[in-house]
Amino acid sequence: MNDMTPIVTAPKDWETDQEVRWCPGCGDYAILKAVQRTMPEIGGTPANTVFVSGIGCSSRFPYYMETYGFHTIHGRAPAFATGIKLANPELDVWLVTGDGDGLSIGGNHTMHVLRRNLDTQILLFNNEIYGLTKGQYSPTSREGTRSPSTPFGSVDHPARPCAFALGSGGRFVARAYDVSKQLPDVLKAAHAHKGAAFIEIFQNCIVYNADVFAEFTDKKNASSHQLWLTDGEPMLFEKGAKGIALDREALQLKVVDVVDGDWQGAGVIVHDVKNRAVAHMLVEMRFGPFPMALGVLYDDPHPTFESAVVAQNRELSEGKTPDLQALVSKGQTWMVEKEPRTE
Amino acid sequence: MASAAHTITKAEATAHPPAEAVVVRFAGDSGDGMQLTGGQFTLSTALAGNDLATFPDFPAEIRAPQGTLFGVSAFQINFGSTAIETAGDAPDVLVAMNPAALKTNVDALKPGGLIIADEGEFGDRNLAKAKYDANPLDDGSLAKWQLMKLDISALTLEAVKPFGLGKKEALRCKNMWTLGLALWMFDRDRQPIVDWLKAKFAKLPDIAEANIAALNAGHAYGETAELAGPMQKVSIAAAPTEPGLYRTVTGAESISLGLVAGAQLAGLKLFFGGYPITPASAILHHLARLKEFGVTTFQAEDEIAAICASIGASYAGQLGITSSSGPGIALKTEAMGLAIMTELPLVIVNSQRGGPSTGLPTKTEQSDLYQAVYGRNGDAPLPVIAARSPADAFDCAIEAVRIATTYMTPVMLLTDGYIANAAEPWKVPDMAGYAPFPVSFMTDAPGEGEAFMPYARDEKLARPWAIPGTPGLMHRIGGIEKAEGTGNIDYAPENHARMTEIRRDKILGVDVPDQDIEVGEAGGRLAIVGWGSTYGPILQAVRRARAKGLDVSHIHIRHIWPLPKNMAVLLRSFEHIIVPEMNTGQLKTLLRDQYLVDAKPLNKVSGQPFMIAEIEAAIEKALA
Ligand code: SF4
Repeated sequence: MNDMTPIVTAPKDWETDQEVRWCPGCGDYAILKAVQRTMPEIGGTPANTVFVSGIGCSSRFPYYMETYGFHTIHGRAPAFATGIKLANPELDVWLVTGDGDGLSIGGNHTMHVLRRNLDTQILLFNNEIYGLTKGQYSPTSREGTRSPSTPFGSVDHPARPCAFALGSGGRFVARAYDVSKQLPDVLKAAHAHKGAAFIEIFQNCIVYNADVFAEFTDKKNASSHQLWLTDGEPMLFEKGAKGIALDREALQLKVVDVVDGDWQGAGVIVHDVKNRAVAHMLVEMRFGPFPMALGVLYDDPHPTFESAVVAQNRELSEGKTPDLQALVSKGQTWMVEKEPRTE
Repeated sequence: MASAAHTITKAEATAHPPAEAVVVRFAGDSGDGMQLTGGQFTLSTALAGNDLATFPDFPAEIRAPQGTLFGVSAFQINFGSTAIETAGDAPDVLVAMNPAALKTNVDALKPGGLIIADEGEFGDRNLAKAKYDANPLDDGSLAKWQLMKLDISALTLEAVKPFGLGKKEALRCKNMWTLGLALWMFDRDRQPIVDWLKAKFAKLPDIAEANIAALNAGHAYGETAELAGPMQKVSIAAAPTEPGLYRTVTGAESISLGLVAGAQLAGLKLFFGGYPITPASAILHHLARLKEFGVTTFQAEDEIAAICASIGASYAGQLGITSSSGPGIALKTEAMGLAIMTELPLVIVNSQRGGPSTGLPTKTEQSDLYQAVYGRNGDAPLPVIAARSPADAFDCAIEAVRIATTYMTPVMLLTDGYIANAAEPWKVPDMAGYAPFPVSFMTDAPGEGEAFMPYARDEKLARPWAIPGTPGLMHRIGGIEKAEGTGNIDYAPENHARMTEIRRDKILGVDVPDQDIEVGEAGGRLAIVGWGSTYGPILQAVRRARAKGLDVSHIHIRHIWPLPKNMAVLLRSFEHIIVPEMNTGQLKTLLRDQYLVDAKPLNKVSGQPFMIAEIEAAIEKALA
């Protein structure tokens, strides 16, 4: 078991014989394809790979991957993944969740799996709506979202997944969207990161929340509204005509014009994936006045939970033989040599 | 004790109560160290060869305000030269360290029983806190008991003076002074306690010496003739015992040991997911120290994560175990359904406490039987086993592991706050006598053109356990209804009906041993049917009633679900059935439902265990 010799696979080796049951046109299809395309490139082995999900449209994902798969209960996938990884740290564990599953009912577990830094890839499909239950607003829905449960518009403030992940102690935070051609690269970076790797994937629910991300995903908006981050590269968008700089007075980010390619002159920041302070600013950067920051926002590995558990288990077991008879005989014992009274 | 090692003679059974047994209750402020005193007295009693049972009874508050009625902590021990099955109905001796302890405990004391009171603590302030208008030590209100007033506080201060401790620290030695006196009274050896103190305070030799001095002073106080009057030295001979090696064990310890033993017998590593809750946490604490036995403990973010991580570990090939008490078990319920649906092995330990809701966290009750047997959405059966005593919990834990791994199912193991905390002597088991039940994971990949069938079944209706990492056996499982055999999602009505039946039949087919009779015949006028920690009082009550010639038998059920196959015939062989329970009649309802017998309830829901006399009275009334 656990033969770790890498095998050569093709994307179709990662497809199951199950009929995919998402709505036609759903963004989930593109994500599934991107994952199936990524697995051979990272040298994945189907038998050593486990996809774990909770409940929701996104959580059907494991059924379509020719790997081990566990479709669990609503919101709790991180806890199952923790047990799986602690029981067998060699497994490559992927978590698939959604905005309702991962940030509403399962928010607590998402926080703790990030804090503990379990080595797993967390794909949070954010469509800003409850799809499977037919369209209620979700914790990431924008204020004023009209839905069956909020016919006059929602009034509560949305959660911001990447800010949540970073605030929970996440050491890898990234963003992409369903049909973005860079999604496989982001998945690869997440997989290469040892520890909990959190990816918010904007996903178009064409039935209940169609085109809610069109402002930056539409081709015509892409260049002006997407900021793709690359480690060591300046934060430029709009074909290099604009960039992100630090407003030193206000200690916040600002958009600057870049004239004749002189981004240094405009003070544009060079992306450093290990800079946690800048990562905090990027996850808080409001879409509208700013472009949508995409790609790897933060990537600074730290020892993982399962390696610490394994190390402690090993250290404390070293030199001890597990003698059950000795264990049950422990403590202050006494010997009864013979029946103390005879009838 | 609950280990069947003791034999009881007719004379002993007729004694009412057995003359060779004494019940002592230590009661004081929760800061007075009464549980520690009780624990050490228990140890010395066990070492003296007496049989014993204990009942720790402490407040829910960690540091309740000093001197208050609700801050009283008590520890009762019943020990004797005959078989002891309960912590005793009424104490013969009450040690009261302050007015509140006296007030909350004195009514339980036998008429003519002895009160030892720390007079030094009976000042106006403490009397007021205990809501006494006058000092009960002086106003004659304790006339029906024997009273010994001692200024234990002053005597302790005097004894530890050479060590130069502050007053507060010095007074902390009071419990050892009291223990010393108790050791003298019952002729116990001090050495084990001296050794224990030296080990406990190895880094604080002054404190160790002060405590030892207090212990010796208490003992000497008894010995010197200073003490005339009611206090007499009592010698209790060793109890009849099967030869062998003994130790004391609490339920929390024996369950932990049993789970480890079970995992070893199954050839599995053990994964324990837990979340702090009273009184279940002790199991997590014990297991966290046993890493060399392949144990991983995981303190999860909540009860739900604790069970989910355990199911995940089982899915990945370890033995997943989780444990909690009523409210935490309620939180785990949805995940239990998933374990039933995905047919993965799992042991869920429920240390029951008074409910509903937060209820009585530190008091005992048996009111989660419905929850265990019926309490899930859908038709969701799982085996339920109930431990009767601390020693019995060891075998129950092994049995739970055996069933979980043999049948690929979650199993609920019921214990309660009383069993978890109480200590009793335990004949150390010979592990060679336990037959291993090794698990074999599925490893054979299907042949060319064939598909792996994760929901195929063996003759026990168990499905294969194929763990991630096994080449060629990739498959998907989840909570959605499965097609028979393939395990693919299947909503077809006839498939759901079929799968529901399979899940039911698998559990009903669990090989539960036939129900035996604890005492009495397999038929007759009256059966007392119990489960769990009511074992001791029922057994004693039935023995006493039988000694008086009454036709009554004791049946004690370990396998609550599925019930033993011979149960129907057995119950129908009795004219009357009484079911004593620390709830409002849950097993009673189950038995009525399953067997259409006229089982009558006998209930106690005060958070305190049954007294023998209460059950005896019910027997006499039923047979009058
Ligand atoms: S409801 Fe929305 S998210 Fe769900 S499958 Fe349909 S399109 Fe996709």
